[in-house]
Amino acid sequence: MNILEFTILVAAGSFLAGLLGSLTGLGGGVVLVPLLTLFFKVDIRYAIGASLVSVIATSSGAAAAYVKEGFSNIRIGMFLEIATTVGALVGAFLAAFISTKALAMIFGVMLLYSAYLSRKPRPRAQRNLPPDPLGTRLRMNGSFPSEEGGMRQYNVQRVPLGFSLMFGAGALSGLLGIGSGAVKVLAMDQAMKIPFKVSTTTSNFMIGVTAAASAGVYLNRGYVDPGLAMPVMLGVLAGSLLGARILIKAETKSLRIVFSVVIAVLGLQMLYKGLTGGI
Amino acid sequence: MAQTSENRGWTDQKLENVVGNLLRAGVSLSALVVAIGGVVYLARHGREPANYRVFRGEPSDFKSVSGIVREALEFHGRGIIQFGLLLLIATPVFRVALSIWGFAAEKDRMYMIFTGIVLIVLLYSLLGSGSAF
Repeated sequence: MNILEFTILVAAGSFLAGLLGSLTGLGGGVVLVPLLTLFFKVDIRYAIGASLVSVIATSSGAAAAYVKEGFSNIRIGMFLEIATTVGALVGAFLAAFISTKALAMIFGVMLLYSAYLSRKPRPRAQRNLPPDPLGTRLRMNGSFPSEEGGMRQYNVQRVPLGFSLMFGAGALSGLLGIGSGAVKVLAMDQAMKIPFKVSTTTSNFMIGVTAAASAGVYLNRGYVDPGLAMPVMLGVLAGSLLGARILIKAETKSLRIVFSVVIAVLGLQMLYKGLTGGI
Repeated sequence: MAQTSENRGWTDQKLENVVGNLLRAGVSLSALVVAIGGVVYLARHGREPANYRVFRGEPSDFKSVSGIVREALEFHGRGIIQFGLLLLIATPVFRVALSIWGFAAEKDRMYMIFTGIVLIVLLYSLLGSGSAF
């Protein structure tokens, strides 16, 4: 296979990953690294470097649309980014000392967990919680346009727990080159009781900043290869932009099921390859 | 209290519009630069065999900010791509810097400090982390 053929195939695969990732809301980053390592036989460190770059592109591209809707809370996002960026640095530094086999296995476990999370029903959100002293001191409480019309107020709870979970989300992102949006949403929606819509849009805005914190380390370390990152970044970006455009019309429920099965299968394969040393 | 939170919401919204446009511009510009670099790279090297199975790490010119700029100025395909990726990584950094300015306009000292911490972490990662190895 020459470089031109390789580039076209990787771009096509990345386009598909970006499209499915944005249609299902599960993110393209999670399938990108398995796609590159299992099918294109790319070294996992190059794959993670290219994936990180594409995560920044899709997050920034999508955030441009979200921030104008008035759902995301810039204070919550900025405060929690202290945890995610420091976590991302730690994760990126750790990645240098962990063997590629161990990386593949951690990735496999993460994929299986994401597949499980995406199938698990979300517990009903509690509304009208009393203000939490720390959340109030940090001026995180806010309001957003609700479906019933008008503005709905919310009070942020359990800030230390959310902050710790965000550190973990950042470390995972730096270690595996993913956006770890699922963990970020979990921290805000479940731990801090922030409304789901606010959680998802704020998470999206945080993903790019988190990924940039580890991308710098990967770049300086020589893990970002321009020949590989070029088709991955352009492909994922194009795919996710198209996905966001057709999302309104598409029926995504069955697609979500299919995609979570794909994620689980890729997770098992990554685990197997890591165990048998095929990576 | 209700009064202040309303004011804050309005200013935040204005800031977020600026931020949204900045993000869009940063991503579009970097995608364009990466695509141009990709064309140059494929035109020159497209027929060579592809090999990413073996990890070599990138040559030092593709690792540091100054090396990448030098390579791009010499119009090397891979150097231009890497410069585009650098623009992409810099976009969230600019976004955070812009937020400091936004919080300063609202005289929110606490969030200026929080945002400053995030900015320092990002700048360290991009400019300082190379020497840590």
